[in-house]
Amino acid sequence: MIHIIDYGRGNLRSVHKAFLSLGLQAEIVNQPEKLNSASGIVLPGVGAFGDCMSQLENKGFPEIMIERIGKGVPFLGICLGLQLLFEESEESPGVRGLSLLKGKVVRFQGCYKIPQMGWNQVQFRQNAPFVEGIPEKSYFYFVHSYKVEPGDQSVMLGETDYHGHYVSAVNRANMLGFQFHPEKSQKDGLRLLKNWGESCAG
Amino acid sequence: MLAKRIIPCLDVKDGRVVKGINFVDIRDAGDPVDCAKEYDRQGADELVFLDITASSDKRDIILSVVGRTADEVFMPLTVGGGIRNMDDIRKILLSGADKVSVNTAAVNQPELVNKGAEQFGSQCIVVAVDVKRKNPMHPEEGWEVYTHGGRTNTRKDALEWIKEVCLRGAGELLITSMDCDGTKKGYDIPLYETVSKLVSVPVIASGGAGTIEHMADVLKKGKADAVLAASIFHYNEMTVNEVKTALKNKGIEVRL
Repeated sequence: MIHIIDYGRGNLRSVHKAFLSLGLQAEIVNQPEKLNSASGIVLPGVGAFGDCMSQLENKGFPEIMIERIGKGVPFLGICLGLQLLFEESEESPGVRGLSLLKGKVVRFQGCYKIPQMGWNQVQFRQNAPFVEGIPEKSYFYFVHSYKVEPGDQSVMLGETDYHGHYVSAVNRANMLGFQFHPEKSQKDGLRLLKNWGESCAG
Repeated sequence: MLAKRIIPCLDVKDGRVVKGINFVDIRDAGDPVDCAKEYDRQGADELVFLDITASSDKRDIILSVVGRTADEVFMPLTVGGGIRNMDDIRKILLSGADKVSVNTAAVNQPELVNKGAEQFGSQCIVVAVDVKRKNPMHPEEGWEVYTHGGRTNTRKDALEWIKEVCLRGAGELLITSMDCDGTKKGYDIPLYETVSKLVSVPVIASGGAGTIEHMADVLKKGKADAVLAASIFHYNEMTVNEVKTALKNKGIEVRL
């Protein structure tokens, strides 16, 4: 069973229904101890970095998430859920993220539209896992004002050009993160969720 | 590169699509969910439901429509029409919409924009602004804001209002030119050019689309980020895919 973490902020319905529509078992959980039986953990993110982190902490999620991820349970972070894998964010100075990956989250800077809102292409690296069936340079749906800057570039799974290239998908061991919303990205988004979901045992 | 978005809009009344949709292949042309699925199949980038239900006791019908749509169609969904308070916003977002569009309520209680953005994030809050030129022949004289579906002139200057809602936290603007709406003679290009220079949030253009050339103009010259259209798609004059292909041939970045 794939467990989708509910920390009391976002609309998790789309993520949940997307897995169900793919024939994958998934449920929304708001109690950290439930994660002990998860075959995969999804952290969708809505809101601000600091607020989301404190909601997770209030409910006691981070410790058990880190423990389960350390044990090899597949993890998928979406949007802010990806950003929270890193150490810190300009959005909420002084707040420590889950820090499972080195690097930080920075705001887009420049005279262009912020947030980036809409469909943009992701160029996945060669031999990237989880991208079977995804055509080259497929479009995915993005809504964000902040982007990740990994300390270690080898975590880059895919990149996107929005007034410069940035990392829009990461992968390290059993951790996967997308800056875009696969659950809002029609068939290619669903295919990514399917590929990841099927990799979760049980 | 970020693609320009093509957004069909469905008017929904008492849970049924109105304004005669004319798809050939769908089961029930009055069912918003079936229409949404068809637009999904055609490659629409987002969908907007405009709820024009008049009677208050039927207002909650839209929530189940949104829920059923969000369960089957995995693309961004915006709902507008009849939103008056935080509770309305919350219910719509929880039922599965990604964004709400507020218009009259934002004018009557501008703090709704601040509260909505603070609680749910700016990205959820679209402010819809219906505008009309002060002097039809002279765009330089500016535009005024109308509410209640275009019936009430607020006497507010549109550009001032647009700046204000952005400061209050609007994440996106849906701007309809009432001068052009329904004419099929093209968008009010000076309007979108002016607004796009003024704000840093995405701008959706609405009102006036009759041809592909019109859409290309508002995306290029008007620098709009997206176009909203109804009749060009509903009457099956063109599919979303045909529109996007034609725009691509005119050098506009679209998702195909």
